[in-house]
Amino acid sequence: MTDASASSFLAASGPSLASRRLRALLAEPKVIIGGGLILALIVIALFAPWIAPKNPLDQDLMLASLPPAGLAGAEPSYYFGTDDLGRDVLSRLIYGARIALIVAFVAASLAALAGTTLGLLAGWYRGWVDGLISRLVDIWMAFPPVLLSILLVAVLGAGVGSVIAAIAIIDWTRFCRVVRAETMAQAEADYVTAARAIGFPPFHILMREILPNVVPALLALVSLEMGIAVIVEAILSFVGLSVSSDTPTWGGMIAEGRQFIHQTWWVFAAPLAALFATVLAFNQLGDGLRRALDPVLRR
Amino acid sequence: MTAPILSILRLSAVSELGNAEPILRNVSLDLAPSETLGLVGGSGAGKSTVAKALLGVLPRTITITQGEILFEGRDLRTLPRRETRAIFGDAITLVPQDPMTALNPSRRIEAQLTDGLRLRRGMNAREAHKRALELLAEVHIRDSERVLRAYPHQLSGGMRQRVLIAAAFALEPKIIVADEPTTALDVTVQKQILRLMRQMQEAHGTAVIFVTHDLGVVAQICDRVTLLFAGAVIESGATTDILSAPRHAYTRALIAAGPRYDRPDAGLKPVPEALVAELRLEVEGVGR
Amino acid sequence: MIALAILRRLLVALVTLAGVAIVVFVLLRVVPGDPIAMMISPGASQADIAALRAHYGLDGSLFSQFAVWVRYALRGDFGTSISLHRDVLALLGERLPATLELATAALEFAVIVGGAAAIAGAMARRTWAEPVIDAVNGLLLAIPDFVWALALVLVFGVVWPLLPLTGRVDPSVSAGMTTPFYFVESLLRLRFDVFFDLLKHLALPTLALGLPLAAVIARVLKGALNEAMAQDYVLLARLKGMSELRLVLQEALRNAIGPTLALTGVQFTFLIGGTVIIERIFAYPGIGNMAIEAVINRDLPLIQGLVLVFAVIFILVNIAVDFLVALFNPKLRHA
Repeated sequence: MTDASASSFLAASGPSLASRRLRALLAEPKVIIGGGLILALIVIALFAPWIAPKNPLDQDLMLASLPPAGLAGAEPSYYFGTDDLGRDVLSRLIYGARIALIVAFVAASLAALAGTTLGLLAGWYRGWVDGLISRLVDIWMAFPPVLLSILLVAVLGAGVGSVIAAIAIIDWTRFCRVVRAETMAQAEADYVTAARAIGFPPFHILMREILPNVVPALLALVSLEMGIAVIVEAILSFVGLSVSSDTPTWGGMIAEGRQFIHQTWWVFAAPLAALFATVLAFNQLGDGLRRALDPVLRR
Repeated sequence: MTAPILSILRLSAVSELGNAEPILRNVSLDLAPSETLGLVGGSGAGKSTVAKALLGVLPRTITITQGEILFEGRDLRTLPRRETRAIFGDAITLVPQDPMTALNPSRRIEAQLTDGLRLRRGMNAREAHKRALELLAEVHIRDSERVLRAYPHQLSGGMRQRVLIAAAFALEPKIIVADEPTTALDVTVQKQILRLMRQMQEAHGTAVIFVTHDLGVVAQICDRVTLLFAGAVIESGATTDILSAPRHAYTRALIAAGPRYDRPDAGLKPVPEALVAELRLEVEGVGR
Repeated sequence: MIALAILRRLLVALVTLAGVAIVVFVLLRVVPGDPIAMMISPGASQADIAALRAHYGLDGSLFSQFAVWVRYALRGDFGTSISLHRDVLALLGERLPATLELATAALEFAVIVGGAAAIAGAMARRTWAEPVIDAVNGLLLAIPDFVWALALVLVFGVVWPLLPLTGRVDPSVSAGMTTPFYFVESLLRLRFDVFFDLLKHLALPTLALGLPLAAVIARVLKGALNEAMAQDYVLLARLKGMSELRLVLQEALRNAIGPTLALTGVQFTFLIGGTVIIERIFAYPGIGNMAIEAVINRDLPLIQGLVLVFAVIFILVNIAVDFLVALFNPKLRHA
């Protein structure tokens, strides 16, 4: 059997679907803005050791609780000031981006993988397979997500791995529902019927016919999920259940800053702003992806 | 003829889309009080546009470029919103085309029927309820208490259209615009509805503008008829005159094209393409 | 038959609940760190330890533990809290009303603010104001309750210290309340001093929880309203001479609520889940706050009870939403 797919026969001639989609993507402002911000963040996180002005772990009690540069009493080289242990807020912020992004990308990918697989199975086979998976989704969604994530991390022990696992284990349902609905809708389509008539095995059809059409909706969802993952990680480190306390995390910084918020509000405000900007960026990106790739919304 | 209750003078309109295509070209018509005027044309002829322009509900994509719409001597186009709001729904009402979508699925029939009575005539609930029952009786709906309590989806299409007709006549309007009110109904129901409209119109003395594409309908209930093609008036006059001695070739072709139910094997004679093309050119010359 | 539908839903709910209980049970038994070991004093005999284990239902195989737990749970006995040394059910009963008050307040806030924004947005249809409203809405949609709470702490803690940042009520004011339902009781007994103190403390957590839901409601309801306003019956009503506001409220709204509920119902369960971290941030004494403490302390019986309470609330909310959706759709009501 040649490596063919029925939908490719039916595809329009001219510029390939991929290049058309790419062009639609780049024309959407939200994708540019959101994607640009995320890209900048990735660069910052990757090159943290070179970009960060100070060592994020260096404590200097002589320089503790300094306000950000520009305010009275500031030390010019500590742009965002220092915390109560004399650590540079900016450097910690930059290193905190690493944890945030690692968690975001890995957790979202794993959740997407698990959810998509189960969604495809449920949507294609229906019957008891769908019944079982849907019941599983119902049970899963009866848990308050934050509580479940805290529980899971407590069970699995603190650390980045646990946080990632917890997020993936909790949020796969989001992908499962969407993929299941899409699969059910696509399974009725003519080109799928054609493929079945030709005799392609289900796995082949799922991979080559249905999945490619599900990808656009998935991409937007993945971006959204990354934003959620960043928040969950922040919540977990806020509560003290994420990575060990020397590695700087935005959530951890927020928790520390909360204690002395009246005296050193910048320790609290800087990571909060970073968190906010990152989540916003992922949201805009996801929104833009959805608009650019949704065949209904496209003009 | 007595002074017309409604005069549309030289109404022209263009579409905002694409190439600014003229939708209406110098349309003029008169409506005498208590008469039924048929506004006839094929799809795209502009008859719905005239009706919408009259009611002030043209879509944003269509702009009126010239003309007057005189109701009892006042130009509806230039009146302030406050005054037009007082006229529409009271002196001028509408019987809409699709009874399926013209009723709010979440409100009971009584509420929708008595809106106007309570809003405009200041009736209280009991008075309005009594009047609603009378109205339903007029449109030959039995079991009117149940119908009043019902929701639209519980009634048949024909029943819903009767309700809409009752609602249109409720405030004793001077003019009713009927926008193809039988198109969405079964053929068997259509005749009943048409007869009902004629009855109501005669009983209340209302002037009716009947928008339709069906000459058969016109023959049944219209006193006079105005024929539109591509936004221009082709022919206009008393129904009997036009149908028996049509002056324009297009009218003749339209009449001939109507299916003959008494001679089913006579076949269909559609309006010849050449005639349509010729007419187009003629009409576009008029518009310029 | 409506009764049959309700019965079916309840059955499904029971199955889901059972599933939740099993999942939590298994999960917790896998926890590293023996809570009993943390409690015993040095020199305790094996018999004592065994007795302690039995007391908290932590002996025997996984299966037998679950069976025991279920048997007791069906009688209403959820065991004793390991960290607080009190009956779990009593603890839950004490803290649940506070969370319910918070969730209800947040819901009311979200419905009122979100609804008003949606109606305003629908009335601004095709004017210059509409894209502005959409843009602001889009921005607000991206902010989760966690970030709202922290931002509110920053603003009202540092910039404008107007409102209290922690707690539910000033204890000196609330002395004399007999039920845990402070809100209702203070109104019924006309204790307005308590009532206003409650409001002050509720303000920030309610905002944090309610704003995300308000943004969602505004977006979805506005879309549904716009769709309803484009229908023929609205045109007919407009010709009857109704004002724009009346059209939106009387004609469009009742047709827009059903679809809105269907889409936003699940968001309300997110709100309930959000109480966990929001109560923590504002030190609000509800079950959410207690949940975090329980997990940190490996308090198995308490965690079990808490998760079940949350699950029950979730399921009830889902059923309520389904019921409301059917209520607002006359076609479903008569089907």
